[in-house]
Amino acid sequence: MTAGVDIHYMKRKAINLLALGASMLCAVFGIVFLFWILKDVLINGAPAFNKAFFVELPAPPGVEGGGLSNAILGTVMITSIATAIGVPSGILAGTYLSEYGRKSRVASVVRFVSDILVSAPSIVIGVFVYAMLVKPFRGFSALAGAVALSIIMLPVVVRTAEEMLKLVPDETREAALALGAPHWKVTVQVVYRGAIRGITTGVMLAVARVSGETAPLIFTSFNNSFWNFKLSEPTATLTVTIFNYAMGPYEDWHAKAWGAAFLITAAVLMITILARAIVGGRAK
Amino acid sequence: MKEKIKIKDLNFYYGKNHALKGVSLPIYEKVITALIGPSGCGKTTFLRCLNRMHDLYPGNRYEGEITMDGANILEKGLDLIKLRSKIGMVFQKPTPFPMSVFENIAFGLKLLGIKKKSEIAVRVEKALKDAAIFEETKDRLHGSALALSGGQQQRLCIARAIAVEPEVILMDEPCSALDPVATAKIEDLMTDLKKDYTVVIVTHNMQQAARVSEYTGFFMMGEVIEFDVTEKIFTAPSNKLTEDYITGRFG
Repeated sequence: MTAGVDIHYMKRKAINLLALGASMLCAVFGIVFLFWILKDVLINGAPAFNKAFFVELPAPPGVEGGGLSNAILGTVMITSIATAIGVPSGILAGTYLSEYGRKSRVASVVRFVSDILVSAPSIVIGVFVYAMLVKPFRGFSALAGAVALSIIMLPVVVRTAEEMLKLVPDETREAALALGAPHWKVTVQVVYRGAIRGITTGVMLAVARVSGETAPLIFTSFNNSFWNFKLSEPTATLTVTIFNYAMGPYEDWHAKAWGAAFLITAAVLMITILARAIVGGRAK
Repeated sequence: MKEKIKIKDLNFYYGKNHALKGVSLPIYEKVITALIGPSGCGKTTFLRCLNRMHDLYPGNRYEGEITMDGANILEKGLDLIKLRSKIGMVFQKPTPFPMSVFENIAFGLKLLGIKKKSEIAVRVEKALKDAAIFEETKDRLHGSALALSGGQQQRLCIARAIAVEPEVILMDEPCSALDPVATAKIEDLMTDLKKDYTVVIVTHNMQQAARVSEYTGFFMMGEVIEFDVTEKIFTAPSNKLTEDYITGRFG
């Protein structure tokens, strides 16, 4: 009898060890690639950094030197405008879903559609904005790029805002209403207060995500070798520059593409770390 | 003794579920009325009728009459904001707002339209003192209310409710999430509160009802089985069901 129990016990231990080993291997597999990418981007990208990289315009094709200052500005500009469009509307839509729509039909339709939009390929959104804003106005523009990015951002912000608002317990809302507070005050002064960290994190992650988008920008903001401060003109961005330079024939372009890749990776990483720090702050 | 609230033939439905059946009872002014009964008997549902909390969710329906100082509070188109500022509520789980201790109380005061900072500060302190929580929080008024212990949070919620000086305070099992020490503090507090306020408390704890209240209503299956002076309910109930319940034969 005891022998049977022993074998049973050994078997359980073995299976446990096997499962543990397998899941650890898979975890390592995932992480290795991340570090591999980070290493390559760092090693190849960092040497491209010099003063010219940040302050000068691109040199003519085939000529060494120059920089990507216009693309850096373009990425910052387009991402900021996209954020200005996507975040407020996303938060308000999330507020509708969590505070007003709840289980209504409209709310479930909005939720469903926004889930579809999250998984829509970004290139499709690029083509859509091309048809809506580029073709009718006969020209690529920074604004079209920003609109494309804001559409990508929107469903992410909507759903995170809703999820974060839903984490505020209904009892808290009831308590505020029971004090005689009107619904909008409960939402703005109590519920938002409880969800602000989570929403901020979601917004930052959404910003990080769209700042690395390329496909939708190729059709919309296109590219530009010069400074551009007008929303109605084609504008250079780091991601599109990476795409063009990496495919180009010149060594110097490849080095600059690596540099741009490093810059974006570093920026996204910083935003993500900042977002994590904000969430960490909530735990205290 | 004056009847603050008079409930006459109240029926309440959650959609098709008939949760309260012909409830009639008086709530007397400046005493504590306890509502007891087994789980699911409708006592919390009843309590939430008194400040029309059920209006928040679709499909709920009232029938009958609840009058406070002679005015029907079930009337359609009644200003619920005004009603709720007259009838405060303390919930089963503490419900501090995600802000500082001070702001938790100031929130309600600002709703009343009080803007002067000095007046708000004075009334926050008074409310905290009245709820016997000032000593423990005076050094952390601007720290997060979420960092307080459960018992402290509940007293903060009571402070928040009384800061706006309502006429009636509804308490829905205010001690069920608390330890005995915190419970004792809140019971003391209730006894102080009835000097100024009409208090209605729902409780699972029959000793608590016996200790703090003047009147007790016994609910079962959505009906009031018996309503009387607390002492009578617990020593000589006139209904067999009440007797069975308070002696622990069921529920």
